[in-house]
Amino acid sequence: MDNFDPAAFAEYLSRQERKDLLRFLTCGSVDDGKSTLIGRLLYDTKLLFEDQLATLQKDSAKHGTVGEDIDFALLVDGLEAEREQGITIDVAYRFFATEKRKFIVADTPGHEQYTRNMATGASNADLAVILIDARKGVLTQTRRHSYIASLLGIRNVVLAINKIDLVGYSEEVFNEILDDYGSFAHELAFETIQPIPMSARFGDNVTQRGDNLGWYKGPTLLEHIETVEVRGTEAERPMRFPVQWVNRPNLDFRGYSGTLASGTVSVGEELVVAASGRKSTVKSIVTYDGERDSAVAGEAVTITLADEIDISRGDLLCDADQRPEVADQFSAHLIWMHDEPLVPGRPYLFKIATKTVAGSVTEIKYNVDVNSFQHLAAKKVGLNEVSVVNLSFREPIAFDAYAADPATGGFIVIDRLSNLTVGAGMIDFALRRASNIHWQAVDLDKQRRGEAMGQRPAAIWFTGLSGAGKSTVANLVEKRLFALGKHTYLLDGDNVRHGLNRDLGFTEEDRVENIRRVAETARLFVDAGVIVLCSFISPFRSERQMARDLLEPGEFVEVFVDTPLHVAEKRDPKGLYRKAREGRIKNFTGIDSPYETPERAEITLAGGMASPEELADKVVDYLREQGYI
Amino acid sequence: MSASTAINATQLTHLQRLEAESIHVMREVASEFRNPVMLYSIGKDSSVMLHLAKKAFYPSPPPFPLLHVDTTWKFREMIAFRDQAAKDARMDLIVHTNQEGVRQGVTPFTHGSSAYTNIMKTDALKEALTKYGFDAAFGGARRDEEKSRAKERIFSFRTQNHGWDPKNQRPELWNIYNARVRKGESIRAFPLSNWTELDIWQYILKEDIPIVPLYFAAKRPVVHRDGQLIMVDDARMPLAEGETPEMRLIRFRTLGCYPLTAAMESPAATLPEIVHEMLIARTSERSGRLIDHDEAGSMEKKKREGYF
Repeated sequence: MDNFDPAAFAEYLSRQERKDLLRFLTCGSVDDGKSTLIGRLLYDTKLLFEDQLATLQKDSAKHGTVGEDIDFALLVDGLEAEREQGITIDVAYRFFATEKRKFIVADTPGHEQYTRNMATGASNADLAVILIDARKGVLTQTRRHSYIASLLGIRNVVLAINKIDLVGYSEEVFNEILDDYGSFAHELAFETIQPIPMSARFGDNVTQRGDNLGWYKGPTLLEHIETVEVRGTEAERPMRFPVQWVNRPNLDFRGYSGTLASGTVSVGEELVVAASGRKSTVKSIVTYDGERDSAVAGEAVTITLADEIDISRGDLLCDADQRPEVADQFSAHLIWMHDEPLVPGRPYLFKIATKTVAGSVTEIKYNVDVNSFQHLAAKKVGLNEVSVVNLSFREPIAFDAYAADPATGGFIVIDRLSNLTVGAGMIDFALRRASNIHWQAVDLDKQRRGEAMGQRPAAIWFTGLSGAGKSTVANLVEKRLFALGKHTYLLDGDNVRHGLNRDLGFTEEDRVENIRRVAETARLFVDAGVIVLCSFISPFRSERQMARDLLEPGEFVEVFVDTPLHVAEKRDPKGLYRKAREGRIKNFTGIDSPYETPERAEITLAGGMASPEELADKVVDYLREQGYI
Repeated sequence: MSASTAINATQLTHLQRLEAESIHVMREVASEFRNPVMLYSIGKDSSVMLHLAKKAFYPSPPPFPLLHVDTTWKFREMIAFRDQAAKDARMDLIVHTNQEGVRQGVTPFTHGSSAYTNIMKTDALKEALTKYGFDAAFGGARRDEEKSRAKERIFSFRTQNHGWDPKNQRPELWNIYNARVRKGESIRAFPLSNWTELDIWQYILKEDIPIVPLYFAAKRPVVHRDGQLIMVDDARMPLAEGETPEMRLIRFRTLGCYPLTAAMESPAATLPEIVHEMLIARTSERSGRLIDHDEAGSMEKKKREGYF
């Protein structure tokens, strides 16, 4: 290593270490020259890198200039192979660095899955490079890319007007495209828009200026992304610290570990736990590298407080003077990411910062056409659709509007059964403050009411096919409980459909709503101390789960009346199977609508194998064994 | 004005941002999973990962054990280093070897690198994950390493058979990770996803992180084989006719099983020299690992089968 100069190299490394990081997103289709552009950036910056090193080595070896025939797209490899495998739901990450900055590029290929991909890539990007083919000008997809970037909170964009060589390096074409873009960009929330005419293929204005665009006085793409100021806003926002992990190595130390999402924090500062309103002051900021006087947004630290207050994972520590809102109902933008559409009323999990809560979409206000920005009336939100919805969470959470702070206003939506991430959303505002609707705490609770009746209140939920024998068994169980002096009520399709739910039909949405109302009603009965028997086909697992989740553990007893379809169909007490077979009833469970078998019912009754009396005995025995009666 | 100046003064560098991101990922895993484990391969990436784990949970020790899948063909220096590293981190170390493979006498020489890796690494790993019922396993893989990893999630979902289904991965937005798995399913968590090889080396240098001495140049016994330099670490390595180990000044860019990991001739004996050499090296890091040459897309295939 003849040329190795330790002192010069140490200096070089220390400069490398001080670089900052810019994460950006590239949007454009293969035809726009996106792969060529990224390939060009990777290739040219590597050459620059080697030039620096060559200088460092005091070695004047010359590197070849960039040939025109290199296929830059080859550097952005992997895409073809991945496409063959059918991976379309994806964002690829590429890395390069210059003397000034390190870059992470989120590369989002594909047409159909664009919204999902772009939203994923944009969620962590500081800037978006939107490609436009100079020959084609502003297209529908340009509007789509711009809308999604804006929606996810990207405030700085580069309009890469590519293939300018194919329109004769024309300034006129460039200006026309800018005018076009300007005509709708004002509807979006961008702070800076940097248009750059370029030819990725020949390298004009990517990393080098070139000789063909003398009329253009602005920066090259690399100059722009090396110097553009896009960060720093996190640190200036109100302090937000979502608690990730309670750090308790021994009885003398109790710290809260997390990443400071926004603002700064200093020892001695007053903090508040957003949801509970409890206050304390920062005693210390602990890191492996020693205690700190302060920390800044983006840092992962452990905070200890002067007072012992109840704090756990999911809590949000904040600046006592600039608190977030606390609410359980919101208006939000939602991006749907799954083939199975969003169904209002269906329970999902929502993860916001480090907090996971159950909740549902209560209303779809409208969907947004991402190409025209128009509002469309909608009943469902399908894959890659963007919608404005009302949400209701099971418990109040601390949040900020996404526009004010993405760290405490962005959330993902998780399907409770498949566990897949099915959507992502951004809170716009609270529909009402949870503090206004706090349940009035009453001394008389369901336990006391139940004790007075000599029972433990519960919902006994009978599920199974039509004709399975649910109501017959439920009736017998109720009679026996009554005979034992217990207080009961029976909810079934007959007494609910004609009153409470008479506005509902049999579509999937209505069936979800039907069960939701029944479950809420059952909850009120349980709260009143009653043992309530519910007899509903309730074919969907997620709805039964919703009912279960509404109640405390142990208050929901699922009874699966497992009668084979052919037995139930043979019985056909109301002649419904016959009508369904003849096509006169649609969406009939077991015929043209599925029945999802329970996976963990407390009781499974083999319907058709034993008499209804024997089955009822089994249920009563269970209730006795478990101490309900 | 003074406040914002102070803030600008503390604007995070790229290494600080990467460090914080990795710590965030580790804390999410430790909080959301019942039984996580950190896969520890003794290489430089594992060293960085372990160092970050110590930082993430300090003053507590990392709340999960280390798992090393020992193929029995690791360099001797690696094993000594491993034991010390676990001790220093105050973590339990689980060493797992595919005993069935040992019983059948599977070695890289007798079964070829592909079958050997499959049995002694992939199968062994799956066996260990199943045996201990881990629902999350940290790995040190990086997105810049290899093209099939450029799209890898930070939380990579695995089926009950530990398989990786590229079509069934979850979108990851912001820094919010979906940690929900059913019984038997698991995730592999990659806290170093956004690090590049240069970042790793810079961080090792900045933080003075101990790494296995094999990364530093020294005179070691090697043979030339298939155009690569293979170190003779012990007497188990069969020598072909005419092969005589010779002492050469070599080091390793990447560490795996010793007959499968090629050395490079190098005089770089200090960290700055290694970084310097790495910066001017034009070959990619994984070219030193023979398993990637087996077949096109081999890493992809191994991943589907459960290799990291």
